[in-house]
Amino acid sequence: MQFKNALQLFGLVSLLGLAPASRAELQIDITQGVTDPIPIAIVPFSRAVPADGGLDVAEVVRHDLDGSGRFRSMAIASMLSQPTRADDVQIADWRAAGNDYVLVGRVTATADGQLSVVAELVNALTGQRLGNTQLVATAVNLRNAAHQVSDFVFQKLIGARGAFATRIAYVSVTGNIGAQRYSLIVADADGENPKVILDSDQPIMSPAWSADGQWLAYVSFENRISSIFVQRLRTGERRQVSARVGVNGAPAWSPDGQRLALVLSGTGGNLDIYVLNLATQTLQRFTDNPAIDTEPVWSTDGSVLYFTSDRSGGPQIYRASLAAPERVERLTFGSSYNARARLSPDGKQLAFVTRVGSDYRIAVQDLASGDMRVLSHGSLDESPSFAPNGMSVIYSARQGEQGVLATVSVDGLVTQRLKSSQAEVREPVWGPFTP
Amino acid sequence: MHTHIKILLLSCLSVLAFAACASKPPVKSAAPAASSSSENSGANSAGADANNAAAGAGNRALGAGAGGPGGPLARVIYFDFDSAEIRPEFIDVVAGHARALAANASIKIRLEGHTDERGSREYNIGLGERRAQSVRRALLLQGVTEAQVSTVSYGEERPAVTGHTEEAWSKNRRVEFVYLN
Repeated sequence: MQFKNALQLFGLVSLLGLAPASRAELQIDITQGVTDPIPIAIVPFSRAVPADGGLDVAEVVRHDLDGSGRFRSMAIASMLSQPTRADDVQIADWRAAGNDYVLVGRVTATADGQLSVVAELVNALTGQRLGNTQLVATAVNLRNAAHQVSDFVFQKLIGARGAFATRIAYVSVTGNIGAQRYSLIVADADGENPKVILDSDQPIMSPAWSADGQWLAYVSFENRISSIFVQRLRTGERRQVSARVGVNGAPAWSPDGQRLALVLSGTGGNLDIYVLNLATQTLQRFTDNPAIDTEPVWSTDGSVLYFTSDRSGGPQIYRASLAAPERVERLTFGSSYNARARLSPDGKQLAFVTRVGSDYRIAVQDLASGDMRVLSHGSLDESPSFAPNGMSVIYSARQGEQGVLATVSVDGLVTQRLKSSQAEVREPVWGPFTP
Repeated sequence: MHTHIKILLLSCLSVLAFAACASKPPVKSAAPAASSSSENSGANSAGADANNAAAGAGNRALGAGAGGPGGPLARVIYFDFDSAEIRPEFIDVVAGHARALAANASIKIRLEGHTDERGSREYNIGLGERRAQSVRRALLLQGVTEAQVSTVSYGEERPAVTGHTEEAWSKNRRVEFVYLN
């Protein structure tokens, strides 16, 4: 086997899971996509204008798949024909143009005023029909249906669940110092369709999704002190769950949605982690240490909390079980600064912020082996959050004077920068799969 | 803990400094004090001047004018990276506020702790709180009552100045003194 360059070699090594930990020379140089993306023709779908509200489903799918870095879609202008049914696909034409696959489809208005979306995937090399997906949508959620078509293609061709039809939450800041406005926003995973959940002239921090994707917890300074709120997304209904003296911070939902891990300081100003039962309002202390203990994260089974503590000097990641919180285990060693961990959906990896020289970057550590890899290249990267399929991490980065959102695949091969307006955006958190 | 011992020592120092200069008028701004410290470069004192201007604007926005309790004392002090120790040049500022507060138990103050933008946001909330608490303890040791002092940490969420250089960061690592009445 011959490797074109060192980058490709590193990529393969990393894919095989052989990359050793925290060795600077083994950090992966990130490319925009895999070196050999899958060539696919995404043919414009027949549309139901104007019932589709002007949304071009095939265009959304093209954007999703190209943006994933794992596909390379054919230019529409080069297409000799634009079939909308698998029956009409002349595979020789598509194969000659260099495609391995062809996606065709159609959006039609149904009798009851809804929209039907049908997509069919064809292997351009063999002519084999690889399957189809059929969805019912309205003009309002047609974009989500388009993302589900992307998920269908991703599943068929990559063999893993796509995360295109999921949502992210983040904090956006506009205005100059002294007159800033803070907004909590929920958007599609590609940054489109943003909706303001909360708007304030005081800071908003640390949004956290409930496991069912129906609630967000966050910190708001709207009362001139830090308070934790939970808010139901569908109705906007919200509840203040902690506004104790001192710091109220870093909320994290338990997997069963019954409890919130959070951070309190009391009057003494020493941050410790507690678990709040949302139904009974009872508070259980988890850490009791003069250091800063913060940023709790639940294990997938809800029995263990991962957290940041500077009990050894600088911040590092630790864990302890709720049953025996005094038995604390330190997990990170590769840098003098490791903080704000998030757990992968399968519970096997941690993503966190690590200091490399004078830069703050995103690293992923395998919990079984302890191997750590730095995935991002910025100087002020922060707030990593795993996609619900565990394949990539979204984080915030600094681009000139602006805070932007970026994703990097966990193998380090694919990076993507999310579209953003003039606002400063930060603290992205990826929501769960929703049924 | 290590940090606690340091804070205690500094607080004691600040009591001494307070006693020594009790007959003098309160310190006008941090800049003259800064120039007496050999560890501080000229650039730092210049920075402190700009800082006080910026902090003054911040305090006005928060409703505590320069003519309020505490008089012409600086309303903001600055910290070294990852440190909650009160720097020697700000001990007089803290002592001046302590004197104003100790003289009138009805006056209340909110100490707002801030950090620079580097690192994780919730951890920075912890660092900002540590800074506010360091000043709070110094005030309590100098006769201020617990009921007079509250703290809030904004971490890196409310910078005083924009920018991503050490110069900007040094102006954002601060505690602001906000008089509430």
